[in-house]
Amino acid sequence: MSEALSRLTRWASLFWLGLFAITWALSTWSFDLYKALDARWIIRFPKKFELPLDKWISDAMSWLVEDATFGLFTFRDVTRFISALIEAPYDIVRSLLIDGFAVGQGQQAVQVAPSLSWIAVIGIILALAYHARRRNLVLLVGICFVYLAMFGQWDSAMITLASVLIAVPIGVAGGLALGIFAYRVPLAERMMRPVLDLMQTVPVFAYLVPILFLFGFGPVSALVATVVYAMPPMVRVSTVALQSVPQELIEAGRMVGCTQRQMMWKVLIPTAKPSLMVGVNQVIMLTLNMVIIASMIGAGGLGYDVLTALRRLDIGGGVEAGLAIVVMAIALDRLSQAFAVRRFDAPLNPSLPFHKRRPLLTGILLLVAVTTVAGLFVPPVHLYPEDLTITTGSFWTAAIEWINVNFFNTLEFIKTQLLTFLLVPIKKFFGGIPWIWGILVIGLAAGRVGGWKLGLLAAGLTLFVAASGLWGKAMTTVYLCATSVLIASIIGIPLGIWAGQSARANSVIGAFIDTLQTLPSFVYLIPVVMLFRVGDFSAMIAVVLYALAPAVRYAAHGIRSIDAELIEAGKVFGCTERQILWRIKLPLAAPSLLLGLNQTIMLAISMLVITALVGTRDLGQEVYIALTKANTGQGIVAGLAVAFIAIIADRIVTALARSSRERLGLK
Amino acid sequence: MERPVKLDCRGVWKIYGSDPKAFLARHGGAPTAEDLAAERMTGAVRDASVQICEGEIFVIMGLSGSGKSTLVRCLSRLIEPTAGEIQFEGRNLLSMNEAELIEVRRKKMGMVFQHFALLPHLTVLQNAAFPLEVQGVDKKTREDRARQMIEIVGLVGREDHFPRQLSGGQQQRVGIARSLVADPDLWFLDEPFSALDPLIRREMQDEFMRLQAMLHKTIVFITHDFDEAIRLADRIAVMKDGVIEQIATPEELVRNPATSYVEDFTQHIPRAKVVKLRSVMAQGVPEGPYAGELPGSLTVAEAVDQVEAAPHPFKVLDEDGVAVGTIDGRTVVDVMIGRRS
Repeated sequence: MSEALSRLTRWASLFWLGLFAITWALSTWSFDLYKALDARWIIRFPKKFELPLDKWISDAMSWLVEDATFGLFTFRDVTRFISALIEAPYDIVRSLLIDGFAVGQGQQAVQVAPSLSWIAVIGIILALAYHARRRNLVLLVGICFVYLAMFGQWDSAMITLASVLIAVPIGVAGGLALGIFAYRVPLAERMMRPVLDLMQTVPVFAYLVPILFLFGFGPVSALVATVVYAMPPMVRVSTVALQSVPQELIEAGRMVGCTQRQMMWKVLIPTAKPSLMVGVNQVIMLTLNMVIIASMIGAGGLGYDVLTALRRLDIGGGVEAGLAIVVMAIALDRLSQAFAVRRFDAPLNPSLPFHKRRPLLTGILLLVAVTTVAGLFVPPVHLYPEDLTITTGSFWTAAIEWINVNFFNTLEFIKTQLLTFLLVPIKKFFGGIPWIWGILVIGLAAGRVGGWKLGLLAAGLTLFVAASGLWGKAMTTVYLCATSVLIASIIGIPLGIWAGQSARANSVIGAFIDTLQTLPSFVYLIPVVMLFRVGDFSAMIAVVLYALAPAVRYAAHGIRSIDAELIEAGKVFGCTERQILWRIKLPLAAPSLLLGLNQTIMLAISMLVITALVGTRDLGQEVYIALTKANTGQGIVAGLAVAFIAIIADRIVTALARSSRERLGLK
Repeated sequence: MERPVKLDCRGVWKIYGSDPKAFLARHGGAPTAEDLAAERMTGAVRDASVQICEGEIFVIMGLSGSGKSTLVRCLSRLIEPTAGEIQFEGRNLLSMNEAELIEVRRKKMGMVFQHFALLPHLTVLQNAAFPLEVQGVDKKTREDRARQMIEIVGLVGREDHFPRQLSGGQQQRVGIARSLVADPDLWFLDEPFSALDPLIRREMQDEFMRLQAMLHKTIVFITHDFDEAIRLADRIAVMKDGVIEQIATPEELVRNPATSYVEDFTQHIPRAKVVKLRSVMAQGVPEGPYAGELPGSLTVAEAVDQVEAAPHPFKVLDEDGVAVGTIDGRTVVDVMIGRRS
């Protein structure tokens, strides 16, 4: 029995070793092979068999926009209608926050009411923080928003905030509605799941292309893209939250005779509210992330400032706007989290007069009224006085310059070493793999890990990538992703293990990781470009920073959730600390580590696409080029290729995690 | 003693698996345990028939997986039975449409749950008033009524607390208040005290008996705790693997277990706690000195001190107060120590 088992494991390791050896050999000599046999198809997918999918999509989109009609109205009318639907509330919020309300167009516009004063906006935010019952939060949020005013970022920040304020309610309401639908109709849930999977793995830029094509350049396009991007997690969270309402509560609802509607609104949703609020927090953070990225298609605001600064290589301006994004992200995140964990209120006493029942609301209304009126006569009340703004732009420019002058050699040394000994060899390895073998090896590996169905799926998806003529770019993506994930794991897993074992380390690392995770992906590009300029190396650093969080978090969680009795058992048998770590904790944390790896890969892929801005030559670049040319087909096909890579990786790692959980007898 | 039947359930089956109705039809409506196993079907409830009479406490007792929870959910139609008939107050419960069912549940049924099933976002008062809120009763009326119920279950002063601020026992009191607020005729309690500590459980059982003495509901009470069943029940149905093994009063169960399974349960029950004087008395009342008179409905355990200490036997009375037998110290001691004479 044990002999058979050991033969089996030996065979298993032989399988992987063999697979790797063949891949390596083929990758190394594929070029020679092609020369020797004069068979170009070995390294390149034959042109005549390429799928013209991009052209079909582009043609279909043109037809949609130009010719499609639904009898009474055309497709274009539909998109215009949606535009109007989104634009109206956006204009109102924007007027409220910065522009002020005006009647008439262009030169003839007459202002009828001013926007909220900066004091009033800060007051409202502080009141929200206070309402969430967090003293520290009031302070934090206050500092964040005063920072925005003092450092001259107010206008851009308010434009960004206006987008967030419009996109979040739409995303939350739409996500909740779809989530309820999926909860009620199991068939719908099964149909929605793959669509949601795809939507969460298709890179953000790929969304932008068709939306740009349909809605044109401007804030509406950006809002549509943002909602599309931020809604899927809410759908998922809502479905899961509703499904995890205890069966007994549903039975209690039925036994008191709830109708279907009463059940939903009086039992299910209130009970699921804490989980739903987690979804809301996610929508807010994703919205902010996307609003920043969507500045490429006209969102304006802070993202636009960063983008122009990046293009002009204006270090100071970029850092300043980037910091403003960071500040805003932290404020919004902490605020919405505080609401998520907030306990239910005791009922209000209806016999009290309004201002006593709701003193906070009364105070805010007063503040708004007073500052609005006073702002008419005393401008600094309305707008933060310009001569009091502080600019740190020149400071940042100087600081970066100083670093570059004094540490240029060190930085350059690290960069070249890593490039020569890590990035380039890995790039060569992946780049050399002939496409046929690539399809085969992925199919074999996936089949071995997760059964023949998964193998076929993986091989099929890979074939799609090759057949779209994107093999080379896809391999660049895989190489960058693999390198970044490797480095992120090397840094992140030990940090996570440390945090899992020491409460003090955890408080520091946890706070650091939390902050990293709230930052919109765009922000990571700024310091990286400043220090390492454009190229694969900068991209990799940005990806590592962005993808670090899950590696740390899952490792810490895995270590922490090990049954204390097992560790005690180890101590009783006289294990040293090191033995406990290597022989008990790590094997038991393996499933968690794998889940972390999975998340790290997903984040790495999503960030990788954004690093197209700093000059990678992978699929992300392909999408970015499509975006600048508004070439829908090219963008979607390249986007799908990225999504498929993500899906293959996800399925394989998930299957690994599942089998390791099963082996450990965890459920 | 004959009471009208409130809930009449005949031949109820609940089978899980693929197409259970066809499976049942294939086996003539009465598949055996082997049939079920052969087709990988689960018979959660198999051919259950119970008649629950007005005003009685009917306990369904069984270990986990015995199908008792499924049966009670069939009786309240929270689960659709695969086959069978259920009549509630003479109406066919299974043929009711959704609207009728909602009406019956609103007006006639109440249920208490094992893990309390309180709504976390509502206060004690709002939870207790919830069934009336669902019915559309105006706020003042429903809160007045809920306050009454809170008073009955002894939670006055905690109306504005949230469930999370209460202990388990207090939470279940809210659950009880909620289940009674709409004044139901039929009261389901699904292991109401199983999630509580033993001491609190006992206190809640007393509380439950007090409430029942006051309200006279028809009760279906689920438990896995045989002691609890014995303490509370007028009649007990013992379930195993989806089948009702025996339906009887606690005393009958202990004295005449129908199957070896029931016997396994009952043999550790002190007989003195269930056996009534009228079952162990000597028939007839001969002339002679007597220490006094005792009602025949007392259990041996309740009478033992008195009987054992007296120099003479006691007369035993029937329900109408007529002396029908005698009991002496030796007989009660035999029962107490389990000696079979």
